[in-house]
Amino acid sequence: MTGYYGRPVIKEPVWTPEIPWYLFAGGLGGGSAGLAWLAGLRGNEVLARRAWAAALASMTVSPVLLISDLGMPSRFLHMLRMFKVTSPMSVGSWVLMAAGGATGAAALDALLPAGAGGAAPRRRVSPLRGGAPGFFAPARGGAQTRFAPRRAASPRFSSARRALALAATPARPAAALMGLPLSTYTGALLAQTAVPVWHEARRELPALFGAGAAASAGAAATILTPCAFAGPARRLAVIGSAAELAVVPLMEHRLRELAEPYHRGAAGAYGQFARGLTVAGSLLIASRGSRSRAAAVAGGALVLAGAACERWSVFKAGFASARDPKYTIDPQRDRVTSGRARGGSRRSTAQGGPPAPAPADAAF
Amino acid sequence: MSTYGDEARPRVGFFTDTSLCIGCKACEVACKEWNGVPTSPGEFSGHSYDNTVALGADTWRHVAFVEQRKELGASGVASGGLVETALLQDTGLQTYQDGDGLRWLMASDVCKHCTHAACLEVCPTGALFRTEFDTVVVQEDVCNGCGYCIPACPFGVLGQREDDGRAWKCTLCYDRVKEDMTPACAQACPTHSIQFGELDDLRVRASERLEQLSSAGAAGAQLYLADEADGVGGAGAFFLLLDDPEVYGLPPDPVDATRDLKSTWTAVGLAAVGLGAALVAAVL
Repeated sequence: MTGYYGRPVIKEPVWTPEIPWYLFAGGLGGGSAGLAWLAGLRGNEVLARRAWAAALASMTVSPVLLISDLGMPSRFLHMLRMFKVTSPMSVGSWVLMAAGGATGAAALDALLPAGAGGAAPRRRVSPLRGGAPGFFAPARGGAQTRFAPRRAASPRFSSARRALALAATPARPAAALMGLPLSTYTGALLAQTAVPVWHEARRELPALFGAGAAASAGAAATILTPCAFAGPARRLAVIGSAAELAVVPLMEHRLRELAEPYHRGAAGAYGQFARGLTVAGSLLIASRGSRSRAAAVAGGALVLAGAACERWSVFKAGFASARDPKYTIDPQRDRVTSGRARGGSRRSTAQGGPPAPAPADAAF
Repeated sequence: MSTYGDEARPRVGFFTDTSLCIGCKACEVACKEWNGVPTSPGEFSGHSYDNTVALGADTWRHVAFVEQRKELGASGVASGGLVETALLQDTGLQTYQDGDGLRWLMASDVCKHCTHAACLEVCPTGALFRTEFDTVVVQEDVCNGCGYCIPACPFGVLGQREDDGRAWKCTLCYDRVKEDMTPACAQACPTHSIQFGELDDLRVRASERLEQLSSAGAAGAQLYLADEADGVGGAGAFFLLLDDPEVYGLPPDPVDATRDLKSTWTAVGLAAVGLGAALVAAVL
């Protein structure tokens, strides 16, 4: 039995299942904002609108998940009392605020019908007009023309709409840029703890979550977008999946013995699911996603499920490694005996004392 | 500490000399009484006399009981049913060692009030702060129960109270210390195992005690967290142990996660750039 009656040395996190879902939702939202902005720049409005929708949904859910995890949800605003670089949770709160606000403006502008008089300063007509029917706009494009005259009757609405369109211009790149750290800071959030399999994976966790963000943003847009417009989404899903599959062995190689919790119990099961789902989904998207909408939807769903399972695997492995004292004590004792750390203890330096007895320290 | 300017006070702390601990748990009781810490009804643990089990939201002092069976005497020869008289007479060592080689180690654990405190560094609200005495305290009116400090602590000191959701830990009796009083646990300790005072004095006293015990034959004696060179920059509450830290449930090389902050944020930045590159590659 390791340590003191096999009791844990550190505390398990008290984080609830909201947190792994937030790790998933934050990455999905951050990646989607980037995809939406770039697709819009390229003139692919069909894809851009759907990616903005995915980003908006994820970033609406994210703060709800975070607040409901708090021990005192009524005090959620205390998160914004200060900004601390030593606290990834503090940094993340501000990044989520910024990314969420920008995404809100950009996505609402993309999804709401344009105001009267062509207030929206941006090109609204896709160069691919005449393609498959849209997801939010009806096939015949009637909504905008039917809405516009009626809305135009209210000047207050149209001025609000114009303000939104104006705000959306800087909001789009801002959302895309803030989405990048939003997708990867969660690696630091976990790593900046004493939990062995998180802290020792501090160089790989951000990459793993960033890869998962790319995979899930691509997958969500692949599901939502007609095949003809979804090429970039499919590529993103496949690139992200490949990166996700590549980072895991890299991380486990670096963790060495500490990789064990990632292979045991719930963490191991989630990890295997994640790999299976990600491989199957990305293969399906790559092989048939451009021709069959059904295949694209199925493949996208598999990749999304894989990315979610990967987050759960990491989350569960952290708890397991905190619970078993050997994951805390053994690497630390190794550091001390191999001279890679001073350790927490100092013995007497006095000469001439009695020789230390043979280490019969096998207690119990 | 520099932020306190003229209001800064000498750093205070605990030196817990476990060689004097008799396992009476007066410290646990006094702490609960003074600080209004809720009861922590546990089950019978079966771990010697320890039913407190661990530090946590409702246990700010925890007396560990370690039963060891090992060879007697500095020479490794059993001295036949006697305690090691020299050790006992010269040093007042309280660990009892009987003829069958049973050694009983007792140690009162507490928040370490680290010089580099991970709990304080990761706290996003500023609820955890450093006092003018260089101790680390949670402000209960600021804490929103995010729970980040709990897995951040390399010693597992903090816990969350289920009924109010906030994180709680030892305050080193901030209220008493401000009034020039001794913290409740140290005040109640009948053997001076828990010593309170200015940290510089305590460290000198501890080093002398270590030499005394070591030269009397206590081979395992070691000072734990007494040096600024360790992974938490030294602690405001440090210990004299009679065996390796892990035997008492303490980490042998605790590290404040903030020491690796640079590599962590670098990895976040690189991953963000990588994600951006993947997005560009996919769309172009």
